[in-house]
Amino acid sequence: MTETAGAGRPTRPVRRRHRRAPVLEGPARASAHVCQAASCLSASSDQILDALAEQVTEAGLTDVAVKRVGCLGLCAAGPLVQVPESGRLFDRVRPDDLGGLVEELQAVTPGTTPAPPLPFFARQVRVATEHSGQVDPEDLDDYRARGGYRALETALHSMTPAEVTDQVVRSGLRGRGGAGYPTGLKWTTVAKAPGAQKYVICNADEGDPGAFMDRSVLESDPHRVLEGMAIAGYAVGASRGYVYCRAEYPLATARLKTAIRLAGRAGLLGADIADTPFEFHVELRLGAGAFVCGEETALIASIQGGRGTPRPRPPYPAVSGLWRSPTLINNVETFANIAPIIRNGGDWYAGIGTPSSKGTKVFALAGRVVNTGLVEVPMGITLREIVYDIGGGMVDGRPFKAVQTGGASGGCIPAQYLDMPVDYESLKEVGSIMGSGGMIVMDDTACMVDVARYFMDFCREESCGKCIPCRVGTTQLHTLLTSICEGDATLDALERLERLSDMVKHTSLCGLGQSAPNPVFSTLRYFREEYLAHVQDRTCPAGVCPVGNREEVLG
Amino acid sequence: MAVATAMPPAPSDDKRWRIVETRMRRLGQRPDALIEVLHAAQEAFGYLDTQTMEFVARSLGVPLSKVYGVATFYSYFTLKPQGEHACVVCTGTACYINGAGGIVAAVGRGLGVRPGETTADGKLSLLTARCLGSCSLAPAMILDGEVRGKLTADAVVAELGAL
Repeated sequence: MTETAGAGRPTRPVRRRHRRAPVLEGPARASAHVCQAASCLSASSDQILDALAEQVTEAGLTDVAVKRVGCLGLCAAGPLVQVPESGRLFDRVRPDDLGGLVEELQAVTPGTTPAPPLPFFARQVRVATEHSGQVDPEDLDDYRARGGYRALETALHSMTPAEVTDQVVRSGLRGRGGAGYPTGLKWTTVAKAPGAQKYVICNADEGDPGAFMDRSVLESDPHRVLEGMAIAGYAVGASRGYVYCRAEYPLATARLKTAIRLAGRAGLLGADIADTPFEFHVELRLGAGAFVCGEETALIASIQGGRGTPRPRPPYPAVSGLWRSPTLINNVETFANIAPIIRNGGDWYAGIGTPSSKGTKVFALAGRVVNTGLVEVPMGITLREIVYDIGGGMVDGRPFKAVQTGGASGGCIPAQYLDMPVDYESLKEVGSIMGSGGMIVMDDTACMVDVARYFMDFCREESCGKCIPCRVGTTQLHTLLTSICEGDATLDALERLERLSDMVKHTSLCGLGQSAPNPVFSTLRYFREEYLAHVQDRTCPAGVCPVGNREEVLG
Repeated sequence: MAVATAMPPAPSDDKRWRIVETRMRRLGQRPDALIEVLHAAQEAFGYLDTQTMEFVARSLGVPLSKVYGVATFYSYFTLKPQGEHACVVCTGTACYINGAGGIVAAVGRGLGVRPGETTADGKLSLLTARCLGSCSLAPAMILDGEVRGKLTADAVVAELGAL
């Protein structure tokens, strides 16, 4: 559904934080942050919020706040409740067993030194997710109390658009959607492009299988994204913005809608923002399940109400995009980094990370690792630190085999590169990409040929069909990979696989087709012996593929 | 933007048409509102039939071929009526390596329904999705709008069978 913000500015009171939340008398002595993001919600954390509020009220704790917050990060151990004053994190909480939590809330005294954070949190540096798990995603006042929208006000009141862009350039921020194009450069191009009407689009069509960073940011701190978009609008001279979000994310869209409405009412979106002549209207547009719409020209076609098929570039959307007007498209996480960059200065942001990849990156850590969840780390951290220190190592102590980054456009990185720094260049060098931030850890139960086939199946289904190399090529590649998995292929299939992959990579119209063969290249490069085992010995070393015995395989 | 043209009469006096009409009016009957309107129509009726697509086409001033093209391009839209319950099994990477394939196969064996199909008694539609974004709950599914995680094939078959 679409909400246009800022049509009028009635002063209706903002909805109560929570129906059954106890009424606080004065500042809170202790608080309970109950995670209400998708992962914990699916484990009934809404019941925990209600039950805890009730029990706190019953216990007469009038100085304890029970609060709905976004993602606390450690999704594997949900539902999670955090008591920030004591630093304790309660995991796997059950609504019928809240005694310990209430006791903790009773025991907290002012001036308590919080316990040191768990290793999962200790290595993280939070910028884009700094308020995730702390701020109530449906409460504008709470966001403002943490400095929210101050960056927008600073920009509007005391900076010129060029100065804003300059800070983004200095920050060295690169597009977090996957390609890593310098954000400041993109902003400069759009700002310079001639045109009376310009647009800002937030790409929230997070389609990579295994990636849920954007969903989490939108569910946990939606105002931060809107603030980033408004600052971008001011910098490039746009008065309208669109958030293009996946329809598969009902909670994220609901919270975005609420945020757009509240910000509009408070005069932070719409006309005359913060008592300046700047106006910026944001509309939400829902995707409808097409991976290719993450590609910017396809996304624009979809916002215009058509089939999401890409077109050749140039012209780039920065010059001719939505309704042929100059259009700035950035990803959710990119926009989430803007407010802190304006607040603290571009140089501060540039001080984090490595010389070529500055700042932090949010990763969705999933797969066969103990601590699955959402992590934000400084660029340049090693894969080993992410998988073992933050991720807590492998499930059941099984051997590490590979980590897959970049989704269907990325690759599998083997154990020999565990000590490699995570940055745009290093990942590219080993045949993968940063991608949007999905990081899937695999152990010896994963067959790499099967993984390649899985991703090719994905690309084959998601190919929009416009250009032949992608439409036909991915289907042929999938057939080849399937025949290898089923033990029907001979050695020359590998050579055909490589030749065809190369052709699809170089002749496809858009990023989907151009990067579709990446999982094949990287698995062939590092796990060739597994391919050979399938075609020569007719065995699957991981015991996944039905080599020789044909049972139904997913796909 | 474009001046709203007169809305053609709704195909029947089914009250759900009003939801679709309201949506179109609020979006100014703009042709580019097509996807938004199809979302509203599918939410109201559960699927998009020819009559719905014709009505939307006339109301927005868009050729029927384009409406059909859009409705069939996006996997979220369905042109067939769905079962009483909808089960979407995630086949994203994290779920896949945690055994989503086994779940789909087990449901197929146990309930005789393949992805994209509805059981003969109209009770259950089985769908698959490319990542629900609940990777830390892998393998996961959405049953009637509710996310369920850390599934096992047997438990899923038992739960769906008891619907």
